[in-house]
Amino acid sequence: MMMENIAFRSRRWLAGTALSAMLMAAAPAFAVTPADTLVEGFAIDDIITMDPGEAFELSAAEVSANIYDLLVRSDLADTSKFKGDLAESWTISDDRLTYTFKLKPDLKFASGNPVTAEDVAWSFERLVKLDKSPAFILGQFGLNGDNVAEKAKAAAPDTFVFTVDKPYAPSFVLNCLSSTVAAVVDKQVVLEHIKPVTPSVDYKYDNDFGNDWLKTHTAGSGPFKLREWRANEAVVIDRNDSYWGEKAKLARVVYRHMKESSAQRLALEVGDIDVARNLEPNDLDAMAENVNITIASAPKGTVYYISLNQKNPNLAKPEVRQAFKYLIDYDAIGSTLIKGIGEIHQTFLPKGVLGELDENPFKLDVAKAKGLLEKAGLKDGLSVTMDVRNSQPVTGIAESIQQTAGEAGIKIEIIPGDDKQTLTKYRARNHDIYIGQWGQDYFDPNSNSQTFASNPDNSDDGRVQTLAWRNAWDLPDLTKETEAALLEKDSAKRSEMYRHLQKEVLDNSPFALIYQQIEVAGVRSNVNGFKLGPSFDTNFVGNITKE
Amino acid sequence: MEPHRLSVAEAQAEAGGSNAAAHFAFVARFLVIAIMTYLGLLAVTFFIGRVIPIDPVLAVLGDRAPASVVERTRREMGLDLPLIQQFYIYIKGVLSGDFGRSVLTTNTVMDDIRRVFPATIELATFGTLIGSVVGIPLGVLAAVKRGSLFDQIVRVIGLIGYSMPIFWLGLLSLVLFYAKLQWAAFPGRLDVAYEYSFTPITGFLLLDSAIQGQWDVFKDVLRHILLPASLLGYFSLAYISSLTRSFILNELSQEYVVAARAKGLSETRIIWGHALRNAAVPLVTVIALSYAGLLEGSVLTEMVFSWPGIGLYVTNSLQNADMNAVLGGTVVIGSVFIAINLFADLLYRLLDPRTKAQ
Repeated sequence: MMMENIAFRSRRWLAGTALSAMLMAAAPAFAVTPADTLVEGFAIDDIITMDPGEAFELSAAEVSANIYDLLVRSDLADTSKFKGDLAESWTISDDRLTYTFKLKPDLKFASGNPVTAEDVAWSFERLVKLDKSPAFILGQFGLNGDNVAEKAKAAAPDTFVFTVDKPYAPSFVLNCLSSTVAAVVDKQVVLEHIKPVTPSVDYKYDNDFGNDWLKTHTAGSGPFKLREWRANEAVVIDRNDSYWGEKAKLARVVYRHMKESSAQRLALEVGDIDVARNLEPNDLDAMAENVNITIASAPKGTVYYISLNQKNPNLAKPEVRQAFKYLIDYDAIGSTLIKGIGEIHQTFLPKGVLGELDENPFKLDVAKAKGLLEKAGLKDGLSVTMDVRNSQPVTGIAESIQQTAGEAGIKIEIIPGDDKQTLTKYRARNHDIYIGQWGQDYFDPNSNSQTFASNPDNSDDGRVQTLAWRNAWDLPDLTKETEAALLEKDSAKRSEMYRHLQKEVLDNSPFALIYQQIEVAGVRSNVNGFKLGPSFDTNFVGNITKE
Repeated sequence: MEPHRLSVAEAQAEAGGSNAAAHFAFVARFLVIAIMTYLGLLAVTFFIGRVIPIDPVLAVLGDRAPASVVERTRREMGLDLPLIQQFYIYIKGVLSGDFGRSVLTTNTVMDDIRRVFPATIELATFGTLIGSVVGIPLGVLAAVKRGSLFDQIVRVIGLIGYSMPIFWLGLLSLVLFYAKLQWAAFPGRLDVAYEYSFTPITGFLLLDSAIQGQWDVFKDVLRHILLPASLLGYFSLAYISSLTRSFILNELSQEYVVAARAKGLSETRIIWGHALRNAAVPLVTVIALSYAGLLEGSVLTEMVFSWPGIGLYVTNSLQNADMNAVLGGTVVIGSVFIAINLFADLLYRLLDPRTKAQ
């Protein structure tokens, strides 16, 4: 009796607690992001620094593009052309060694300081002297710590002169100058935040050029300025109210780190984010019917491929290299695994880049592959391993290839691993087959040509470790051709050279390119003006408005 | 990771005499064990970190850095030195309070931990609170009504709690309570709308918002924490209720209960006043351990709910071979574990009157 009573009382109490908890949770109004703020769900865990002289990550480049200005940018309407950003005009000397830029009048940094040629020169200087990962993009023009002050200098407050060491194709030079590394930083502001460094053999300067401070702060002249970057949580940028150009419409953009496609989808449907940036095919499909969501997309400069390590004697046989290209079920992959997020693409230059070659000659053909294997003396097939990182669609594609290759007698053992783990092995040339992706370093054909079609030194301690090097593919002729294409001033002829290089790689290389990434984003329908550019550093947010 | 637990009797037997000496011996031995545990912890984590087949330089530079930059960075990070020397340098730093910098976040590891750990503590505390407040009465009632339908239900609840993968349950609850019913808030700790109108003080957002009297923020934080905390609470509830049940059953079979009944005490007093009080002694240890377990960072829960806690921080660092962060996180988690064990032992001594007898 007494016990019943206790039980009853406790039960009532329990129910009461549970109910009040639920009520509290259910109370408030729902899921509207602030009207002047755009919230994007975006996997931003690749960001390790915000310093444009150091950052080489796609998400960082995207944020940077909205914060910093460049001398020139490629014209989004026609990417073979350029338009001035900070530069009003520019001239190229007849010997193609000197580039003179005249800055627009009345340019201002977010700090209020004027943008001068001195800032441009110092930005180049700090980039080259810091010599971080992306510095080679300008370094390849013959710049080094000793000569940079001479090669990149302010001739007048509004005149910047850039001198290169060889008569390169002007399109190549300008393309490199329009990449994030050439961002112009506010010299005066950064100088207030430099940290002393003890010079060493590796680094002979006595300060860090503000690198430490710029990792988490910005000093640019673009439409936005960085409010905060919290690693693996969020990047928040605020409107730069003293922007010299047309001011941004929104007061704030929040890139909120969300790794999972399904979580992004939920949040987008509920309205807690305005844009979802990493949606996978099944989630895209599921949202197709939703009237509150539109899908934006644009082909990006990243290509996905498998590659065969030429240190493995079987994989080094030309017939085997060829056979693999017939053992990929491009149609099935295109219509399921990468539906909406990629497009079958078998050449190494992504669509939209100078010299692109739109040819996809290979189809799944097991019989043909078998014939090739027989010719290579591998009638009974072979066994190889494939290093695959744990993420879609890569895993799915690897499994598909495992199955189709199995039909031709090639036994593939998949070794799964984390991204960095498989990459470590690949970079040490310890793989058999690797499945990976490659994004252009800058928007010029040389970037991919240099990595897929050149390998100046195939020895284990080769200095230039291109993708061809990682797969131990020695290709002296194509290496020379890639170098020659850099100096071709006639754009049409230059394009032709890249088309030839792509044909060679298509036919003979240990690379089987599979597809080009299409970037997609789910966007709430009250967001206007959201556009994805051809590269991550052209995903601008300045023109976006919300209803 | 759990250090050797000293039983009170052991400590006293060793001290063999005055209470103060017993306490002293207890604390001294505890300290020695704690220091050994730390060193072991650091060594194991450090060497595992160096053995895993991930190049730490990759985390700093990404995949596209030129070979010359890679080599220079390797030297700068001291990775070209012999392992033992690297370990020595690291330990030297730790002893002077310097845990180094995280490569991924560019902050010092201590700054990072100061930021992420409160998130985990808040979640774990809330979870344990739910687990105990609901779990103990459930366990008591199940013991009292042993064999009844109620008892069976509690057992099934416990069983599900033990065996259900938390990742799956987490996603399921998100779909239901967030996407469909819209009762719970978006993953994370706080709505974007409040993110910059509200300045945290301690990092415990419930506390911070209450101190500042920002009740709308408080409500928002509550809406965010309730779902993940309930989930964690459910798992600790499963554990706590089943152990409570067996402790109470044990107490109810004791002679003092028979005596109390014979004296005509009410069942309420016998159960809640006497049996539970005696069961409280081992129960405290159970709750403390379950709390410590949650403090380690419930990685999966933090992942599903985008909860920026220490579990997520350490996991992410490990995947990127960001060893300073991993080691720093490990030391903190280890310390908490050791501290909670010590605390539980002390509580044990306070709650159990026999330890005061001498």
